[in-house]
Amino acid sequence: MNADGGCPALELRGLSKSFGGLAAVRGVTLTVMPGQRKAIIGPNGAGKTTLFNLITGILPASSGQVMLFGQDVTKWPSHRRTALGMARTFQVTSLFPRLTVLDNVLLAIEGLRPTKFVMWRFLSSYRDVYEKAHGLLERARFLDRKDTEVRYLSHGEQRQLEIVVGLASDPKILLLDEPAAGLSSGESSEMIQFLAQLDRSLAILLIEHDMDVVFDVAEHISVLHFGQVLEAGPAEQIRRSEKVQQIYLGTG
Amino acid sequence: MKSQNIKVLSVVVALAALAIIVPNSNSFVILLTTRALALSILVMSVDVLLGYTGLPSLGQAAYLGVGAYVTAILATRYQFGLGYDFWIVALLGICFSAALAAVFGLLAIRATGVYFLMITLALGQCAWGLAYRWNSLTGGDNGINLRARPKFGIDLANEVTFFYLVFGFFAVSLLLMYTLVRSPFGRSLMGIRERELRMKILGYNTWLHKYLAFIIAGGFGGLAGVLWAHTAGIVSPENVVLTTSVDALLMAVLGGAGTLVGGVIGAMIVFGLREYLSTLVPWWQYVLGAVYVLTILYLPTGLMGIPQRIRQRRTLMGRRNEMKKIATVTS
Repeated sequence: MNADGGCPALELRGLSKSFGGLAAVRGVTLTVMPGQRKAIIGPNGAGKTTLFNLITGILPASSGQVMLFGQDVTKWPSHRRTALGMARTFQVTSLFPRLTVLDNVLLAIEGLRPTKFVMWRFLSSYRDVYEKAHGLLERARFLDRKDTEVRYLSHGEQRQLEIVVGLASDPKILLLDEPAAGLSSGESSEMIQFLAQLDRSLAILLIEHDMDVVFDVAEHISVLHFGQVLEAGPAEQIRRSEKVQQIYLGTG
Repeated sequence: MKSQNIKVLSVVVALAALAIIVPNSNSFVILLTTRALALSILVMSVDVLLGYTGLPSLGQAAYLGVGAYVTAILATRYQFGLGYDFWIVALLGICFSAALAAVFGLLAIRATGVYFLMITLALGQCAWGLAYRWNSLTGGDNGINLRARPKFGIDLANEVTFFYLVFGFFAVSLLLMYTLVRSPFGRSLMGIRERELRMKILGYNTWLHKYLAFIIAGGFGGLAGVLWAHTAGIVSPENVVLTTSVDALLMAVLGGAGTLVGGVIGAMIVFGLREYLSTLVPWWQYVLGAVYVLTILYLPTGLMGIPQRIRQRRTLMGRRNEMKKIATVTS
């Protein structure tokens, strides 16, 4: 489908995870090419977030492989995977609540810079980091709230900032875990616009329940059910698939 | 930004006042302030862990102990560190403590929250056990008496001179730790305090950051120990005992965790209360206990958090008054 022939941004090979007797993720195989936008849908408890935790290294995989830009990262800790150009957001907002909006973004930018170990110089003396943070906040229209502590932002604002923080490290692939979770329909259409204006070269893997967001953002959908890929294909095909409708889209 | 400048300025003014007023007071005040300042370095090192990194260390006395014992053993056995070589001893004290922290950190850093507290407590007690039992080296329960303070150009036996030395070390430590918490590394510690998982995903090796912070805090603890040895003139297991760690932790909380200078205020208050009250009433420890309990109940942000709480209350009252006005107008 995506015939540029290069090495995939993300490739999962028979990835599995079991917690004791419970197989949460079973032999998932999935490829995301650079710039491609894919979604994973599935009912609650299908193993979507567990899959993300395997990809980002929060949980160790029981078997299978995670390949990131052609490298086997299955055994790597999270921070090394991030350094390859991967970023993710969380279903439950995971920002730094008692730090300001600006500080949140600054931390996200510093994450991949060697200057994060500097102890003898004020962070505020790093012009380039601040300029980049300003640019990011300006584009996301957060600049007027940059000195607000994140815990005082609305839920919708926090969801957006969650993505801004994810983008701050200039990732080549972004994993979005239910970016529209808990948003009103107005806010979620704002979120769609926000996602639509992201750089087209950025690959996105999206978990979402809001079907408007899924069909607007992703061109390819995988359906996860009891930890297995039930069906995968172009968005249109999934929309029409009977099996999927049965378990997920309406009749269920 | 501006309010930060005001804060820095007021700290500088307060320190300058301290440096001017204290040497002109009576010798009891000088001695007390010197002790409080030496221990303040330890309290600030606790604050770097507790307030900025979110690691409640309950074993910080171990590093004070290492610094103090290194100083005392070198001075009594080898007559080392009583001249210009005092500076080498100071450096050694810092290095030995940092090295101990590097070992303890390997065991402690993997834990968080209460578990971190318990592991650091256990490790701290190990250090105490060594000080208590290793008679040939530490003198066991009797401790080690230092007969003289160093002399190099200046005579530190003079209380005022010694006060200035401790004050200097304290000021430099404060400056270094302030730079640390405002640096990119310091900000990363705050990120870890707020949400470690996110920091990992942002590309930080959070274990390494916490480990480094732990070692640095240990080093400052060692410096506090070197100064403490010469301040008190005696080093005994008493200094390494759990109470010292608890004191340091409570002083940091009393002043306000995550502020650095809060710990200094906490140390001053506790030292002041302890010394004055103990001359007045035999049940002074209850007063101190009550102060701690009340702080944690009513001032979880510590004494340094009071201005912010007043501001919050004012805006709240303002809003309430406005609401009342609106209510009376509409009715």
